[in-house]
Amino acid sequence: MSAPATHALTGQGAARAQTGLPAGAQAPAPALAALARRPLFPPAAWAGLLAATAALALLPLLNLAFAPGHPLHVSAYAVALLGKFMCYALAALALDLVWGYAGILSLGHGLFFALGGYAHGMYLMRAIGRDGVYGSDLPDFMVFLDWKAYPWYWSFTDHFWYAMLLVVAVPGALAFVFGYFAFRSRIKGVYFSIITQALTFAAMLLFFRNDTGFGGNNGFTDFKRILGFDITAPGTRAALYWATLAALAGFLVLARAVTQSKLGRVLTAIRDSESRLRFIGYEPLGFKLFVWTLSAVMCGIAGALYVPQVGIINPGEMSTETSIEMVIWVATGGRGTLVGPIVGAGAVNGLKTWFTSVFPEFWLYALGLIFVLSTLFLPQGLVGLARRLAARRGKEA
Amino acid sequence: MPDKTRHGPGAGPQPEAGAGGTAAYGRVSPAGVDTAHGAILYLEDVTVSFDGFKALNRLSLDIGVGELRCIIGPNGAGKTTMMDVITGKTRPTSGTAFFGQNIDLAQLSESQIAHAGIGRKFQRPTVFERHTVFENLELAMRADKRVRPTLLGRLTDEQIGRIGHTLDLVRLTAHAGREAGLLSHGQKQWLEIGMLLMQEPLLLLLDEPVAGMTDAETERTGELLDELRGRHSLVVVEHDMDFVTRVAGGGKVTVLHEGSVLAEGTMSEVQSDPKVIEVYLGR
Repeated sequence: MSAPATHALTGQGAARAQTGLPAGAQAPAPALAALARRPLFPPAAWAGLLAATAALALLPLLNLAFAPGHPLHVSAYAVALLGKFMCYALAALALDLVWGYAGILSLGHGLFFALGGYAHGMYLMRAIGRDGVYGSDLPDFMVFLDWKAYPWYWSFTDHFWYAMLLVVAVPGALAFVFGYFAFRSRIKGVYFSIITQALTFAAMLLFFRNDTGFGGNNGFTDFKRILGFDITAPGTRAALYWATLAALAGFLVLARAVTQSKLGRVLTAIRDSESRLRFIGYEPLGFKLFVWTLSAVMCGIAGALYVPQVGIINPGEMSTETSIEMVIWVATGGRGTLVGPIVGAGAVNGLKTWFTSVFPEFWLYALGLIFVLSTLFLPQGLVGLARRLAARRGKEA
Repeated sequence: MPDKTRHGPGAGPQPEAGAGGTAAYGRVSPAGVDTAHGAILYLEDVTVSFDGFKALNRLSLDIGVGELRCIIGPNGAGKTTMMDVITGKTRPTSGTAFFGQNIDLAQLSESQIAHAGIGRKFQRPTVFERHTVFENLELAMRADKRVRPTLLGRLTDEQIGRIGHTLDLVRLTAHAGREAGLLSHGQKQWLEIGMLLMQEPLLLLLDEPVAGMTDAETERTGELLDELRGRHSLVVVEHDMDFVTRVAGGGKVTVLHEGSVLAEGTMSEVQSDPKVIEVYLGR
């Protein structure tokens, strides 16, 4: 028994081990109960989350309350940019749930993002009413194609809540059906990734066609109002920003709850050794399907929040690059950390904004470089780097 | 189907028809598995061929309830393939495998077989390396393992107590909060046995439980098996003859050779069997 003894003295768990666990005790030993019942977030993380949410929530207020030129004024451009980044962050969070935890690398999350965007876009198109260029009841692109009536699948999309239902249901149903067949056939790893990529590419080609009824390569744009409010008004923009922030913070807490539950441990077990998990009595199909569908729904909601803030949705959102960029946000921020992808989406897109204004033609090279460098030097991403630095400082102190 | 327990041609001598020697008749009879005839596992004429190569060749074997059965045999005798058939990883080309009298293993998936009550320890330790020792046991614990209860369920005091008990049994209490990947080889093997115990299996399959262990760890594993003896039905596949002699005691040992049973009996009977000597000492 010499080997276990030395481990107990040198290992990280030694501190906890020395607390002592009386054998055969009736109530669970405190050390075990602490392992079994973990809080959703440690108190410091709750404080950080609330502080970050409050700080982000303040920005549109600063934009509305102070006139341009005032030192506390935040430009409308900055607010719009952050609102857009938060949509990306929500998509990255969704991707982290499947990739970081369950080990399912999706190269097709752009599809769910775009579907959510299109579903909301249908409502926004109908909300234009007769204010389009042709003054028709139909959207301009339908008039241009000489269509006389809405296709059947546009039914009821003039109702906001029905469109919101589609935002959740369409990506969710697609992910469920696709996931069911893929996971049931035990398609894994790179094969699964390629199939998601192919699915997204096929959808992009479909949406590029004018006959599909979604505006072809121009997509939807020129939105005028949402729920009766002028979509370009600063107040509406602030409300959209706050809705995005609320969704991001809410889904972060939800994702944390999922990953801290026993189901979260089953997901990481699927990632690490799926066949082993089968032998202890879990059927991975249901778990993968759950997290995959949840992720697609979150991504759809991100897309739906994105469209009114950016003012356009077109099949470009389904392009290969978009989905791969999402993967890079997650990898850069830190896979399997939930906060990491949010940080990563912000950091990479911040860099992109700067880069595309200075050297627009080199952005894709820079993106590739970021991916290579973060894979080589930051295996756990920015969050992993921060944790390493914090641990080192803790040791020195 | 009591007649299924008769051995097919090519099988070795079998002292009694029906249950194995040390079987305790009907002692463990959970809902679902019918062990009224005293045996928990029946293999009858099981053949598995891979592209014409017969990994198992009309193998017939039965394990009694509460029995600790050691299975030995030279490399390639079909020991691991037999485990694969029992756990549903490999389907028999022909023949039948029954758990109790009523559960046809060929009809069930791996996870269904695990639920029915067969636990398997693999040759190489396959714990979840990035989960803590505690989490490994928690994942393995007998529970409703469908999605919703897994998402919403919380550990009860009783369940935590059970995990604590198993930690004590496999002597890993001091390591409960460590990542399993940081354990020594022997500790991983025990953790895996602990994970099996958390599933409260009726039949436990141990594939080379002491491979790569130090002498002290081997001794400790022997003690652990002694504690499990009688409470679970155990099948131990092992190369280490000293270990087999130690854990088999007066119980039955089965020798596999080229995919079927060569000999069966106590360790001393088997060791004096000329066929066994020939197989082990070369021809």
